[in-house]
Order: sequence, then C-alpha cells, then structure tokens
Amino acid sequence: MIKTWFKSGTPWIWLNAAAVSVCMLMVVGILGLVTARGIGHFWPSQVVKFLYQEENKPERVIIGEKVDTSITPAAMAKSTGHKMADNEDTLVQYLVKVGNRDITGTDFMWIEERNVKEQTEPDDLIVVERREWGNFYGHLVEVKESGQVLASGADAMPVLQAKLQEASDLFKEIAHLEKKEIGAINYGLEKLRLKQRKLELENRFDDAAKQSIADDKAAYDVSYKAYQVTLADLYQRIRKASLVAETENGTQVKISLAKIVRVYQPNSMSVFAKMKHYVVKVIEFLTDDPREANTEGGIFPAIFGTVLMVMMMSVIVTPFGVIAAVYLREYAKQGFVTRLIRIAVNNLAGVPSVVYGVFGLGFFVYILGGNIDRLFFPESLPAPVYGTPGLLWASITLALLTLPVVIVSTEEGLARIPSSIREGSLALGATKLETLWLTVLPMASPAMMTGLILAVARAAGEVAPLMLVGVVKLAPTLPLDGNFPFLHLDRKFMHLGFHIYDVGFQSPNVEAARPLVYATALLLVLVIVGLNLAAIVIRNNLREKYRALEG
Amino acid sequence: MSEQIRTHAIDMSSVIRNKGTQDESNETCLKVENLNLFYGEKQALHGINMEMPKKKVTAFIGPSGCGKSTLLRCINRMNDLVDSARIEGKILLDGENIYDKSVNVAALRRRVGMVFQKPNPFPKSIFENVAYGLRIQGINDKQVLEETVENSLRGAALWDEMKDRLNDNALGMSGGQQQRLVIARAIAIEPEVLLLDEPASALDPISTLKIEELINELKEKYTIVIVTHNMQQAARVSDYTAFMYMGDLIEMGTTSELFTNPVKKQTEDYITGRYG
Repeated sequence: MIKTWFKSGTPWIWLNAAAVSVCMLMVVGILGLVTARGIGHFWPSQVVKFLYQEENKPERVIIGEKVDTSITPAAMAKSTGHKMADNEDTLVQYLVKVGNRDITGTDFMWIEERNVKEQTEPDDLIVVERREWGNFYGHLVEVKESGQVLASGADAMPVLQAKLQEASDLFKEIAHLEKKEIGAINYGLEKLRLKQRKLELENRFDDAAKQSIADDKAAYDVSYKAYQVTLADLYQRIRKASLVAETENGTQVKISLAKIVRVYQPNSMSVFAKMKHYVVKVIEFLTDDPREANTEGGIFPAIFGTVLMVMMMSVIVTPFGVIAAVYLREYAKQGFVTRLIRIAVNNLAGVPSVVYGVFGLGFFVYILGGNIDRLFFPESLPAPVYGTPGLLWASITLALLTLPVVIVSTEEGLARIPSSIREGSLALGATKLETLWLTVLPMASPAMMTGLILAVARAAGEVAPLMLVGVVKLAPTLPLDGNFPFLHLDRKFMHLGFHIYDVGFQSPNVEAARPLVYATALLLVLVIVGLNLAAIVIRNNLREKYRALEG
Repeated sequence: MSEQIRTHAIDMSSVIRNKGTQDESNETCLKVENLNLFYGEKQALHGINMEMPKKKVTAFIGPSGCGKSTLLRCINRMNDLVDSARIEGKILLDGENIYDKSVNVAALRRRVGMVFQKPNPFPKSIFENVAYGLRIQGINDKQVLEETVENSLRGAALWDEMKDRLNDNALGMSGGQQQRLVIARAIAIEPEVLLLDEPASALDPISTLKIEELINELKEKYTIVIVTHNMQQAARVSDYTAFMYMGDLIEMGTTSELFTNPVKKQTEDYITGRYG
C-alpha cells in the first residue's frame, strides 16, 4: 500500500510543493515583517496620560506614547528582581515614549501595568516634534512673540499653527541660503585657494594672477556679506516667536518656534487628519535630510546615494563585461587558457564582498587615487581629492564585484545566437566586426541586460565593501549639485544599506531608531525592486525586438 | 569501393560532356581545379575538378554527407569559418583564384552571394534586411536604398506581397516568404554568382514551386549553383548537374543527359533510386 503510494510519485510532488511553499513563506514573511513594522512608524499614535504609583512612592503623572508591551511569567519576573504577589501569574510592562529628553534625560521608560492607577487620553495633549532633543509631550500653555503673549489656553493652538507656518517658511529660506548660496560661495572660495596654490607651485603667481584672484575673492566677499545681512535678519525674525508648554509634572518649558518641525494633538485628530499627517511624514522621510544622528527626519541623501552609485556602477560594468565576454567568446581561441579564464571569472563571483572592499581601498583608493592626486591635484595636498574613499571608487569596486555576472550572461547570450545568422551576415560581405556590431551584439543585448539586472540586484544590497571605499554615516553634500562640474565623483556619499546598519546598531537612541530600521529596509527593498523592474522592462522590450532566437 | 571511386575521380574533367559547347554561350564563370578539403585529418573532398558556365544553373546532387554542401561553401570561402578546415587547390572566379592570399574575403562574398538551407533573416525590418548588404558598403542614401530594396524584392517576387509591410519585422513572415526575402537580400548587392544550399528543403510544396520559378528567372542575370537533395528539383531547375559521392565528383554533364543517359553505373544507381 505504502509502496504503491511511493511509486505513484505523490510524495515527491508533495515534497516539491512543500519546498516551494517554504520559500514563499520566507519571502512573504520578510517582506511582511519589514512592511508592517516600517509603514506603521509614521502613523500618529495616541498620547496616553498615566496616573502611576509605585510601592512606597508618591503618585505621579506620566505622559507618552505606548510603544510596546511585554508580558513576563511571574517566576522569571521574580528572578530579575521584581516583587510579585502570590496571585500574580504574569508581569505586564509597557514601554512608553515619554520624550522630553532635555528635561528627564531619557525618552523611553518601562512602566508596570499593576502600578497604573488610571489611563486617559485627554484631547488637549500636544506632541511637539523638535529639530533637537526629540519629541516633547505636554499641555500647551501660551504662544509668545517678542515677550508678548499672543494667545493662551484653548485659543493658543490655531495661533500656534499659523505662527509655526511662518517659522517653517523662514526656516526653509535660511536653509536654502546657507546650503545653496553660501555653499556655492564656499565652494568657489575653495576653488580660488586651490588655483592660487597651484600657481604658486608652478611659480606663475605673478601680479596679474594675484590681482585676478583678489578681484574674484572680493566679489565673493561682497555677495557673502549681503547674504550675511539677510541671514541675520531672517534669524532675528524666526527667533521672535515661541511657545510655552507644561510637562506632566507642571514644569513650564519655553520652546522657540525656530526649533520646531510641527505640533499636533493626536488624541483629537480625526482619521482623515491622521492620514494627512501620515502622508506628510512619509514625504518628509523620502525627501528630507536626516536629523538627530539619523534617528529623525528623512533619508533622501541615502536614497540618492544608493541610486547614483548603482547607476555609476552599471555604466562602468556593462561595457567592461560585454567587451571581455565578446573577446572570450568571439575572438579568443577556445582552449585550455580560455577555459582557465572562464573558471577564474566564475570563481570571482564567489569571493566575499568585503575582500573586494579591501582591494578597493588598497588599490583604487590608496594607489590609484594617491597617484592621481600627486599628478593632477598637487595643489590640494596634503588633503586628498581622489586619494580618499568616494563615489568613484565605490562604483568601481562594485563594478569589479559584479563583473563576473555580466561576463557570464553576455557569453551565454552570444553563444545562443544561431550560427546561421552570423553566416547570413558574413555571406553578404560583412566583416566579422560588422557582423558583430550590426547583428550579433544587438541580438545578445537581452542577455546583457539580464547580466546587468543580476549585477544591480547584487550591488544595490552590498554594504560591506562600501564601508571601506566611500560610504559615510552623514554626508554634508550630495555628490550631484549645482556647482560645476555638477557630478562630484570624489565625494563621499550615504547609502541605504549602510544607513540601516548605522541607525540600527550605531545609534545612541536604540528605541527611537528601531522603526526607522524597518522603514529604511523597506525602502531599500523598494529601490532595488524599482531598479530591477526598470532593467527588466528594457530587457523585455529588447527580447520582443529580437525574438528570432527562440523560434 | 572508395578506392575505385577515387580512380574514377582522377580525371573528371574528361567526363564532363559539355553540351553547351555547341550552345550560344558557354563562358566559364567558375572553375574548380584539383580541390582537396580536409577537416583535421579527415579528407572531405578529393581532387574536385569542374567548370560552371556563366548564367546557367548548376546543381549538385548526391546522398547526404557526400560533400556537395562543403564544395558549395568553398566557393564563397564560408569554410574559412571552420577552424579545422584546410583547403588545397584552386577555385577560379573569372580566372582569378579566390584562395589567393591577396583576395579580400568580404569583397569576394559580395561577388558570390549565398542562400542557406534554413531561412535566416535578421531580426530587423524587411527593408533593413534587404538594405543590410548595402549599408555595410557604406551606402546610406535613402533614395538609392529604396530603389534597390524595391528592385531586389521584385527580383525575388516578393514586392507585391510586401510593399506595404516594409517596416514590419521580417520574423513575422512565413517560411517561404523568409526564404525569398533572403534571396532578395542576396541579390540586393548584385553578386555575380548565387549559391543556393538546399534552398527549398525547409519549405512546403507551394513555396518550393515559387522558389523554383524564381531560380528560372534569376539565371538570366546570375550564375547559379544549387545544392539539392531532390532529384526532381535538380531536373526541373538546372542546366548542368554534378553527381557527387563520398567526397568525389562522379559525373557531371548537362542535366538532360545526366538524367537520361548517365555514363557511370553509380550515377545511374543513384538517380534510379537504387541507393543513396
């Protein structure tokens, strides 16, 4: 009976199906976890007011967001030093985000459920998202401007929002001035300094050059002074308004509006208002610079860095890999040596990525970059230009890392092109080169794209080598900006993969950072999927065009 | 057996009873002189000698593996692509040895066009397929290209079917149309000789008929050499027929005489279907 069942092949089918199911479960599980934890972070949660009394201590108020709940069995709770009554089976604890780090020194605390006397969610509780020191939780007392009270009590909130809008517009203006305009001036001044140094090194720093540089400098100084005046005025205006709020224990705190991102009352928000808040937060996450050691704000520089680096890598690896594959398949004599080369290429794909990082640092950065600096940028030494990790070296290192997949796929593509097509072209009087360019390579292009897809998938998720050759925790400027030559290959950049590592494991505020890790991970997955989809669409178009092979 | 055949092959040119001598034109276009071809150690062609007259159709017949396709591919040096192939002897095209060191192979192939057994259009538009050979020669003038494409497609009896679909992908055509497209592609560069390697073997009877009609028209302008499996086809389309066996040329003559009155016993056995 069992034997016939085995012979029927049914168990085999079940085994196969089970393997597929486990794979699917794992993929769905990973994506599900990351998605669930990542996208929930931006939803405004209720702010709870706890009446809390620990044994032999006075009653006190705690205000904050309930972030997590942990349930510990009594025995285990006792062993960690909690006093447990006999009738208690479990110890229930809440993790509460209480904010106000500037006052209390910590923004998360664990409280025990059994000590909570009362839990309410008053409508008037406010959450103040600050640019420094994290969130503030409390009651709004009044709004002030230049020492005058503008509004207090129930009327304060609308006035506050209006004033906040003004402050945030001013803030944007200041940020633009400081980053773009003054940044460009600084960039120009640095270029002038290097120009002068270069002339000095070449002994050509004569009076004319001196005069021209002094003129340029003076022009920069004039515009810089003008910006300074505007900035001082803006700063004065933004500093005028402030709010006064009361913490849970009655302490009054004055917060300047210049330091506030937004103020909201989650307990009185409708679902629609919460949705709007959510969308605004997500957009901020996608488009803003990070704040507070990367635990708040956005991750735009990391997204930008990742995408730019992957594109640069593609631009480098595709021609290299294709040319190498063409030589191996079309020109090289097939024999022992070519087989050896193929084996070596295939094995390169298996080398741990951090080894590539070490190689990139040792060879590209120090040797190549160092020599480039000595030859072309002597004026900026001892400060390195290319002799330090940067976008260019990271892209080249990853290109090297992904070269094998491009070579292998292109070779396979070339091998699949029927000889009848080549002969057809040769018979019309085409040379081998013409045949290659006009028919063989276009027909192999879908295979090249397949190689590129695999390369992108691997490169976008790679972190280890990047830590050695160009990725940093916080890059002050994007590698692409409005200052000539626009693409700055020597700059360091931010990367989503490294950002996850940094936020998750190097952050001073682990609890605050955890949801961001998930959100960033989700985004990294989406970026890779997006890059791959783009490549797949291109490949499918090419395939449609050169369908001959399959037929 | 093969020894015996080889002795027959020693002086094959004497076997050729060229009826064309009495005809109006028998200018020799291609002359094969003592051609030996080796694939590594193995010899695939043994001392072939033959002449193919201008603007006539010459057919190679013989059983599979007899070397008729190999011989055909020698005429436009397609065998150069096979690493292990080595060739001795001469093939003269209008008196010039095509295996001479000074010969430009690409230029030679422009003079000797070839159509393969399986249609092999490029995955491009019909227009670009026909214009391919011209573009390689650096001809990009739109008017010249359009004219040539039209003439070539007319020459391959494809113009009326395809004139509205010139920008469609050639892979969307039927097998017979593809084969005629490939012929159009070959005649677009105006070769002197057209080599056809079993051009109809992958086609249905109606397409085959069209190809045969086409060959009859094309021989007014081109010298045609055709390899075929099908003896009826050889009888229908060719003026001269060469019978090959095991790498030897057994007999060559005008088609009517070879089929009605073969000199060699082997030829007779083959065309009467006793072996092969």
